[in-house]
Amino acid sequence: MNKGGNRDTTRLLMERSVPGRVGAVIPPLDLPAQPMPDPALLRSQLDLPEVSEPEVVQYFTNLSQLNFSIDTHFYPLGSCTMKYNPKVNDEMAFLPGFANIHPLQPAATSQGALELLHRLQGFLTEVTGMAGISMATLAGAHGELAGVLMIRAYHQGRGDTRRTRMAIPDSAHGTNPASAAMAGFDVVTLPSDQNGNVNLEALHQLAGPDLAGAMITLPSTLGLFDANIVEVCRVVHEAGGLVYGDGANLNALLGRVKLGQLGFDVAHLNLHKTFSTPHGGGGPGAGPVCCGESLIPYLAAPVVSQSGDGGYLLVTPEHSIGKIGGFHGNFGVLVRAYTYIRTLGAAGLKAISGNAVLNANYIMAALKDIYHLPYDRRCMHEVVFSADWQKDRGVSGLEVAKRLLDYGFHAPTMYFPLIVPEALMIEPTESETRETLDAFIQTLREIDREVTEDPDLVRHAPHTTPVSRLDEARAARQPDLRWRRPV
Amino acid sequence: MTPDAHFQSHYIPNTEQEQAEMLATLGLKSLDELFLDISDQYRNPFLDLPAPRSEQEIHRELSSLASRNRPLNSGPSFLGAGSYHHFVPSVVKAIMTRGEFLTAYTPYQPEVSQGTLQVIYEFQTLIGNLYGMEVANAGMYDGATSLAEAVLMACRVTHRQQIVVSERVAPAYQQVIRTYAQAQGIEIRTVGDWEPEVNANTACLVVQYPNFFGEIEDLSRHRQATRQQGALLVVSADPMAMGLFNPPGHYDADIVTGEGQSLGIPTSYGGPYLGLFTTKGQYIRQMPSRLVGKTVDTQGRTGYVLTLQTREQHIRRERATSNICTNEALYALAATIYLAATGKQGLRQVAELCYHKAHYAAARIKQLAGYWLPFAGTFFQEFVVQCPADPATINRRLLEQNILGGLDISQPPYRSPLPPGVDRGMLLCVTEMNTREDIDALVSALGEFSQ
Repeated sequence: MNKGGNRDTTRLLMERSVPGRVGAVIPPLDLPAQPMPDPALLRSQLDLPEVSEPEVVQYFTNLSQLNFSIDTHFYPLGSCTMKYNPKVNDEMAFLPGFANIHPLQPAATSQGALELLHRLQGFLTEVTGMAGISMATLAGAHGELAGVLMIRAYHQGRGDTRRTRMAIPDSAHGTNPASAAMAGFDVVTLPSDQNGNVNLEALHQLAGPDLAGAMITLPSTLGLFDANIVEVCRVVHEAGGLVYGDGANLNALLGRVKLGQLGFDVAHLNLHKTFSTPHGGGGPGAGPVCCGESLIPYLAAPVVSQSGDGGYLLVTPEHSIGKIGGFHGNFGVLVRAYTYIRTLGAAGLKAISGNAVLNANYIMAALKDIYHLPYDRRCMHEVVFSADWQKDRGVSGLEVAKRLLDYGFHAPTMYFPLIVPEALMIEPTESETRETLDAFIQTLREIDREVTEDPDLVRHAPHTTPVSRLDEARAARQPDLRWRRPV
Repeated sequence: MTPDAHFQSHYIPNTEQEQAEMLATLGLKSLDELFLDISDQYRNPFLDLPAPRSEQEIHRELSSLASRNRPLNSGPSFLGAGSYHHFVPSVVKAIMTRGEFLTAYTPYQPEVSQGTLQVIYEFQTLIGNLYGMEVANAGMYDGATSLAEAVLMACRVTHRQQIVVSERVAPAYQQVIRTYAQAQGIEIRTVGDWEPEVNANTACLVVQYPNFFGEIEDLSRHRQATRQQGALLVVSADPMAMGLFNPPGHYDADIVTGEGQSLGIPTSYGGPYLGLFTTKGQYIRQMPSRLVGKTVDTQGRTGYVLTLQTREQHIRRERATSNICTNEALYALAATIYLAATGKQGLRQVAELCYHKAHYAAARIKQLAGYWLPFAGTFFQEFVVQCPADPATINRRLLEQNILGGLDISQPPYRSPLPPGVDRGMLLCVTEMNTREDIDALVSALGEFSQ
């Protein structure tokens, strides 16, 4: 984007660099200089920018303004739970007693941190109805990997080495099959039935001595609560398999149902979705893994335990799948989630799910006359439309979504789940006002009118954003992944 | 059953009246009716959580918990081992807490995410420069997982299933490699002297630079050993050491990873951190995680997009190069701001401060009777000291004087790679945060145990 003066963001840091400028003053050496090593070991060239502090602040501030974010725009990105991220959560994580402690310092000097973690373990197992938990996993997909490794270790621990297949619904997030493959499983696809539930007949056919388990997202990525979920768990269990729960959509279920009571054996949570920690433009997240009694010995290391004298310590479960990250998990994210749960309590969490589901159904009801609703039933926290009625008039779901950007709304998730053509997945969350929802509904109705009256306007959207549609094919064909000094 | 009493949270705008009106448009009377797909048996379980608290009460509770931890800056601290106490300029936090960066999602809609995307492109450039490597990705979870993914990538690139790992790689990193690699049937050989172990079946040799015990290893020797066998050289390198020492790219390493925490990220009890991941241009299609590329829009203006996404899980599913999705973008931003502000001159200066202060400390401790340094080679900011007493005992005594000592490496898993006779080892780390007074206090306290 072109702007005037030194607030221009087009020039990159290396292009702004002027020899001799500094952005930080480093303190002088306060002790005698020591002998230097063999000069052959030392680098002669360090290509980093030379810019002053005001330039740094102005450049990055101006870059930030090219983003849509929760704080600036309605962000109904399905499956991502873009809810308000409370500021107090950040402030608590920045307390020096949390932000400035070392992961390997003695337990006696980190009892406050360990107690917080221990309490959070209790909160999250209570919310999910599970018996055990490890919070060492650093994102949702990382939690999935830990969870399926636990399933593998469980079967192998029983000498049952034939279980090589993992059943995953056709509506699942891509991380599910990718995680199962990383854990060494063969992925088999489980079709959905006409109501968007797991196809029980197909599940029965897969349920055999080679089935390690099934990875189920609840509510499904169609935004639907699978009414057969207890039966699904029963069929997998009868075949000797375990049921993995992808907790990406847990915002719909807070205080409404517990995964452990439904029959799930192991599940991960996305604290950066359900528990309000900020996405940061793509992380950090945290993906704690909860499990039933029989899987506790296999949890990723470490977990927090309380000793007889009341002190807290980090321990490795007996048959742990091992360490899965460098230290003990994304502590700063865990502090934020703790703060959130502590602020809301049980009544607050239940109000979260109630209003998230109410807002999604409100949007569904207000738009289903003009946007095709492939599964016309009560939705949970998100609603999946198909833009095939618009496609019939020559405008795709992607183009409808891009046109929303012109009106100042972030796009919904598009073309996912894969089983809905021209999918537009809308997740409003509980933190939007009714006025915003009404404005969004009106805008989608207006765009539908544009599809009829001025389709090119929609087809070439967006028109008002810092850049227009970008040439992604060129980016992939001729990858330019870094700045290079002109020769 | 009776419906729940209305709960008006400050995070939820809908009032009881608004809820009732919205429910009426659906022909419903209570929120509970939205959940009737859940059978009665399982719906509305009792949730045993503490009662909600006001923000003021939250501050009191969390501050009280935080006060029971000892922050690194509350007294001299000499603990490193993969998490380092470095100075973070104010600009880093000021920018990364801007809502436009903090509360944005992964930049899947490039037209409204140019801020995040351009930052990642900057990040890829600066990290590539730092390591002397052609391409960097948008980041991984942390240094340990980044190294584990490098191992998986080396196996894909070479179509080999055996790796050789130096026993002087951080034990935690070795454990994470094991967790990631074992399910894929990759054979791991952990060795002290790797040259005879690297053979025609070896996918890669994995080393750390500086290694866990602080030594600057001879990467040209590792390069030679791997090249002869067609194996890749995978190096996990501390980015701060790159301010002073030759980067692994200088030695033609194939994949260079690292823990980015040193670059403007607080120690925060071990996370969130930032995995760095770089490689040669020829391997980009085998890389894990996101990549940002430069392109043009329909009007010919420069813009940035996520690219080569056919490697990734949301497109390729079980055939993806990795399952990684959400990673650490906010901390890639922090590292980029840190590198911009600290800059070409500053990073060298900080690295030199760490070097001189660590060497001053080592030289003084070496003079104490009963202490000796088992490794004679070049080191950066960490070194091993063999102590005259049990390191745990020494550390307890240091803590009484409000000094956080080094890592006790006299126990498994740290001890086995150490030379014979090093049975009371302590791994000390000295950075620019330690003043001469801090170091002198440490030396004086250690002197109490001199024999």
